[in-house]
Amino acid sequence: MPRLRTPLGVTAAALLALVVVTAVLAPVLWGDRAEAVDTAHILEGPSSAHWAGTDALGRDIVFRVLVATRLSVLLALLSTALGVLTGLLLGAAPLLVGARVGRLVTAGVNIAVAFPGLLLALSFAVVFGVGAMGAVLAIGFAIAPAFARLTGNLVASVAERDYIAAARIAGVGRFRVLVRHVLPNIGEPLVVNATVAAGGSLLAFAGLSFLGLGVQSPSYDWGRLLGEGLNSLYVHPLAALLPGVAVVLAGLAFNLTGEAVARGIGQTTPLFVAVRRRPPRTAAPTPSEEDAVLAVEGLRVGFPGVTPVRGVSLTVRRGEAVGVVGESGSGKSLTALAIAQLIEPPGEVSADRLEFAGEDLRHGPTRAQNRVLGTSLAMVFQDPMTSFNPTQRIGRQLAEVAEQHQGLSRRRALDRAVDRLRAVRLPAPQRRARQFPHEFSGGMRQRAMIAMGLMGTPALIIADEPTTALDVTVQRQVLALLADVRATTGAALMLISHDITVVGQVCQRVLVMYAGRVVEDIGTTELATKARHPYTRALLAAVPHLRTDRDLPLTVIPGRPADPGDMPAGCAFAPRCGFADDLCRTEDPPLAGGVACWHAANLTVAGA
Amino acid sequence: MSALNELSFRDVSVRFGGRRRGVTAVDRVDLTVPAGTVVGLVGESGSGKSTLARAAVGLAPLAGGEVLLDGRPLPRTPGRHGVQMVFQDPYSSLDPRMTVGASIAEAAPRGENTTAEVARLLDLVELAPERAAQYPAQLSGGQRQRVALARALAARPDVIIADEITSALDVSIQGTVLNLVRELQRRLSLSMLFISHNLAVVRYVSDLLAVMYLGRIVECGPVDDVLGDPQHPYTRQLVASAPRPGGIPTVLTGAEAALDTAEPADPHHPPPGCRFHPRCPVGPLVLPGRDDCRDTEPDGSRRRHQAACHYAAHASEQHNTRSTP
Repeated sequence: MPRLRTPLGVTAAALLALVVVTAVLAPVLWGDRAEAVDTAHILEGPSSAHWAGTDALGRDIVFRVLVATRLSVLLALLSTALGVLTGLLLGAAPLLVGARVGRLVTAGVNIAVAFPGLLLALSFAVVFGVGAMGAVLAIGFAIAPAFARLTGNLVASVAERDYIAAARIAGVGRFRVLVRHVLPNIGEPLVVNATVAAGGSLLAFAGLSFLGLGVQSPSYDWGRLLGEGLNSLYVHPLAALLPGVAVVLAGLAFNLTGEAVARGIGQTTPLFVAVRRRPPRTAAPTPSEEDAVLAVEGLRVGFPGVTPVRGVSLTVRRGEAVGVVGESGSGKSLTALAIAQLIEPPGEVSADRLEFAGEDLRHGPTRAQNRVLGTSLAMVFQDPMTSFNPTQRIGRQLAEVAEQHQGLSRRRALDRAVDRLRAVRLPAPQRRARQFPHEFSGGMRQRAMIAMGLMGTPALIIADEPTTALDVTVQRQVLALLADVRATTGAALMLISHDITVVGQVCQRVLVMYAGRVVEDIGTTELATKARHPYTRALLAAVPHLRTDRDLPLTVIPGRPADPGDMPAGCAFAPRCGFADDLCRTEDPPLAGGVACWHAANLTVAGA
Repeated sequence: MSALNELSFRDVSVRFGGRRRGVTAVDRVDLTVPAGTVVGLVGESGSGKSTLARAAVGLAPLAGGEVLLDGRPLPRTPGRHGVQMVFQDPYSSLDPRMTVGASIAEAAPRGENTTAEVARLLDLVELAPERAAQYPAQLSGGQRQRVALARALAARPDVIIADEITSALDVSIQGTVLNLVRELQRRLSLSMLFISHNLAVVRYVSDLLAVMYLGRIVECGPVDDVLGDPQHPYTRQLVASAPRPGGIPTVLTGAEAALDTAEPADPHHPPPGCRFHPRCPVGPLVLPGRDDCRDTEPDGSRRRHQAACHYAAHASEQHNTRSTP
């Protein structure tokens, strides 16, 4: 198991080892001495011969507690195993016997879960008879419903995965699907819970034995010893305390192990890494262009171990529509998030210059700057379902922006929300404002998101893959809306997309990103004929459109996208580029004259 | 594996949920994938195209009709029979705990030399045989999709259903997978149902094209005919919306704008008559007197490349007189 080398993990492992070793060795070493009846020393207090005194037949309590470890732990494990196995089968029932019968089983399990476990165990003990076996069954079946529910939930989360469907289509039987595909993928949480359940059943077993419903004389476990010791609690308390301590220690051993394993599984990334804002490298950045609404130079975004954005420079002028194109991992979304000050720790942002609407944002936004960001910068994300609060009405959520940043009253803010919803041409805005996000279709949600950006007076709208989750007809509507909003409000637009044709439709200028850098900056009208960077050209050629020649294979870009964790020394595109030479492989080309390529000049001639 | 097999859907319906509040995701669909050809299936999300695919492999229950392979009905439960499917997301369609080789071998018929067979299949999808020992996490998206394709081929299918197999891939990778699919389809003369929301992608790989809207096929025919001269107004809208280099999305005005922003039809309550009429630019909301669209469902089978529209012929005239985008 991963990451058990924490203080918690070490303690748990040591305790568990102690319990197991005692369970194995104690009956062998001290079995006889624990059974030795000594009528001369009945119910004695601690002495040098008997550290914790003796019981009603003069037997040594320390040895009895030690020897009882085996039976106590064994019975606890047995009942846990029974419970876990039953739980597994019941929980996996929908997968094994089909949806209809499975639903009945699940309903039964849900009723059983609502039953208090101890009550269940007590009534089972009566049904199965008083004795160790009855208690094992009782505790086992008491554990089962909770475990079945857990298994059921986990199975349901995995059963919808495509690889399960693929295995079933390929003719893999149900039981094999369960064993080969489902259990390995839900094993970890089950193991954790089984370990914790073992601790619980140890305690429950001690309880049942203590009540006289568990282990019967002449056998003895901790619960029985506890019960016997309790009779003479006031004479010598150790006789009752010692088995109690043993129960607590063993229970702790199981539970802590479960905890340690759970933490080892859950925690894969360091939780707290301070955000450091590196001081800008150059002291005096070049003066900004007069009409730039956004000016970025040398923007870097780093996470522990990787730097996905490696020095992005871009300018967006007032009212301009700029597209940012790149594949996944090119750093286009992180660039947008960094501009909007939305990079969370452990992410780290640094820049030589990061100015939005004249405000320097390199050192994190101040309160005043936050207000500027809130009213002048609008963000539209790919999945509007996750950017809205599902429990609040759309109108309310829009109004909140105006209340927060513009200090409007509740009433007026809501009126403005309705007005903005009308501005994005949402039908029946009055009624729609009172609806919840789930009552909106994807396209309408995206409109509402744009409307939210329009609650202020945006100088820049950053739209990150706004149409990727939408259908083509809806995509066209949303793109047309963005173009329309830009025309009517004069806001600049930064449209981020993986699809170069989408960007080409709405924007005047396109920035092509590859491996955390801008590799080409080109006007949209020149894109088709005058693209110079080999990556831009390859990208244009690789996307099929409605006039692609179907008799020829599609142009492809060989190799795979650059790995941000393992950047080549020179140009990041060199390993996939047909024009690459030694210079490209050793020196990273700067963005000069709109293109970052050593051979751009030659390629234009060759391509023209 | 020279498969000369025809997959056909006869009057297929798929319903989810109860009688009152259920959804008819696929409604009386007739569609044939002729032997050795690729039929492209397009439509917006929720139109039922994926459900139709899942019905063919037994993952969605048929409420009516039947799916035939070479005239024989397919069993209604999933299993290794004739039709195999490649899924959209290669990150969830491969078991993360199984090696590539084990995933492929599992789908192959028992009692074969699996190592050799896995190597042969990996070679078929242009992957090195050493990949068999790797886990999906060690592969890129494009490579995973190749593995998924190899697994589908392992079962010796007669028909392959490709459900949005490139939409989770990066554009630079998409091309290699599309090339491979076309190459394999021709080499093995597979019959294929190729589902995608991307018209350009579908056009590139398909021979025939079917357009689905709200659970029904509204137009079907040879791909160049359907895209070159779309008969159904919905198809026309799809073609017009497809992004093309340099094209600027137009902002519509008046009645068309109202239609354009109209709420997409709710599959729980499909509109009566022609299902497209509330959004139709040549329908009763725009042109008076076309009330038959509201109450009679158009039958596509009699029209040129099967467009299910009462005014298919008029529609194209209408279209030509308007300024084309």
